[in-house]
Amino acid sequence: MSLFDTSAYTIAKKVRSGELSAVAVLDEALSHIQAIDGSPGTLDGDWLTNGELLTDDEKNKVHAFITLTAERARQQAVSIDARVKAGEPVGPLAGVPLTIKDIFCVRGIRTTAASRILANFTAPYTATAVERLEAADALTLGKVNLDEFTYGSSTESSAFKPSTRNPWDTTRVPGGSSGGSTASVAAGEASLSLGTDTAGSIRQPAAFCGVVGLKPTYGRVSRYGLIAFGSSLDCPGPVSRDVRDAALMLSAMAGEDSRDSTAARQPVPDYVAELDKGVKGMRIGLSPDYMQITFPDPQTGELVTQHLPDEIRQATLQAAEALAAQGAEIVEDIPMPNTAYGIPAYFVISRVEAASNLHRFDGVKYGYRTQSDFEDLHEMYRKTRAEGFGLQPKLRILMGMYVSAAQYSEQYYQRALRVRSMIRNDFEAAFDPDGAYRVDALLTPTTPTTAFKMADVYGDSVLMQYADQFTVPANHAGIPGISIPGGLDADGLPIGIQLLAPDFMEETLFRAGYAFEQATADAVWRKQRPQVLR
Amino acid sequence: MNDEISPELFEHLVSLAAFAFDPEEAEYLRRELNHQLKAVRQLEAVPLDADVPPAMHGVPYTDQTRPPLREDVWEPCDNPDEILAQAPQVEDGYIIVPDIPHTELD
Repeated sequence: MSLFDTSAYTIAKKVRSGELSAVAVLDEALSHIQAIDGSPGTLDGDWLTNGELLTDDEKNKVHAFITLTAERARQQAVSIDARVKAGEPVGPLAGVPLTIKDIFCVRGIRTTAASRILANFTAPYTATAVERLEAADALTLGKVNLDEFTYGSSTESSAFKPSTRNPWDTTRVPGGSSGGSTASVAAGEASLSLGTDTAGSIRQPAAFCGVVGLKPTYGRVSRYGLIAFGSSLDCPGPVSRDVRDAALMLSAMAGEDSRDSTAARQPVPDYVAELDKGVKGMRIGLSPDYMQITFPDPQTGELVTQHLPDEIRQATLQAAEALAAQGAEIVEDIPMPNTAYGIPAYFVISRVEAASNLHRFDGVKYGYRTQSDFEDLHEMYRKTRAEGFGLQPKLRILMGMYVSAAQYSEQYYQRALRVRSMIRNDFEAAFDPDGAYRVDALLTPTTPTTAFKMADVYGDSVLMQYADQFTVPANHAGIPGISIPGGLDADGLPIGIQLLAPDFMEETLFRAGYAFEQATADAVWRKQRPQVLR
Repeated sequence: MNDEISPELFEHLVSLAAFAFDPEEAEYLRRELNHQLKAVRQLEAVPLDADVPPAMHGVPYTDQTRPPLREDVWEPCDNPDEILAQAPQVEDGYIIVPDIPHTELD
């Protein structure tokens, strides 16, 4: 059995019926990881020369993992098989191999946030999302790599090197920040992964790696035990190889939580049961504001607006045609005029929240403390933070402090928060059932480009942020969004298409995504396999 | 080049954030900050009516969706030792910090 060719849904079904043993699934996953993952991420890589020290063999590996938790997974697998044999109940994810972005706390397991400052931290408690996935009998294979504290779109800013490579082309980035999650699923090392999305950190790497990634509605999944970045934006969510698996995983982990006051009291539907309701009569919108890209000119730094690359535009339009053929009504020219302001507003809001959240790392309660001499508490703080944080967290802290300082707050932070209202208003107008457009979902490209070469963008913090220009509006607005594979470009790299829906309407995304999968089941591009599996 | 964050302002931010940098890192960080602020200034072009409120979050946070407050009841922690074991320096169940500099107030 190859995990790449078997869905989580099928694995769980076979394990529950006793047709397949969870231990056998685990053995298959571990031997595949052994064959294609290469060295796990460890501290002490040079920040700009990532990869140059690797052997040719290692350059062709995925490097998704920071910490493999094979023993934990084996105990889970043995327990599942014993319960199946005894006729006792097992969970909906029985025997499904799962990886966890190393930004979630798991009790007794090292939890690093891909940062030196937490490299020695063993979590004393488990995140709610992880607790629920384990209670559903998923197999926890380990913790996977990410941008340091999730701050990036390529996974290259991880302090744990080598950073993850794209399974479709190992000279390219997997995207980020959930790059280890999406690469591990794309490469068939795991069936599911738990990621987080603050500006696109699930959807953008899902697009780059040719897998499904869902950012649920803010509050749909508890953030308890997630190391915080932007507390008003962060959403834990599923990464999978098909839409049904994402629906299965969300059903297992969504819902209210007494330990997170922002986790909404909103019933959790059986998302899998809703899947095959189809798209007949569904109104799906296209917006010209998602068909152009903005990016800073590398020479002048001035922002330039251009047409979307043709292959990405075509993939989006073909998806619209496929959905129309299934009975959806396509509504064109939905105005989303504030889309272009998503990144500038995010530069402000996310940095203010990040700076606030990162003050807790101080060498006192947990994590790294400087090993050099210090005179007093303040010097210990300075040395610890200077040595413990990488450049991207430092950049975000400095920016957050500047734009929220009393004398600049009105100009920057308050203004960005008001622009956030405008972005939300765009979506409310598009989705308003009594409005001019009345769409059930919007269909857009997920990213302005396919996966870029390693080291091409890294270091340019502005250009890197613009990789999230089509995903970040959903984070500002809080609405759910999904990226699903929509084709391959001329270089054989995956193209992602995105669907966006109103608050708590994940089932609309799953239904439309599933209908698109059915409509394109025989497409030639679906037969292609990632480089590491050829 | 008209840098919003001058070397002097940068040094002030660094001290507020409790950091220390070598000159190469400082130059990179200051340059990126100024580039980012250039992008942020796009926000000045957004026409904002006076009645547009600041949004602290996207999804409405209502009494229907908000979990009720818990009873104010003491719940013991089952693993304080596990938590204390993460601290760099502990004595007799207390987390130890270096000397805290004092300033005499008038």
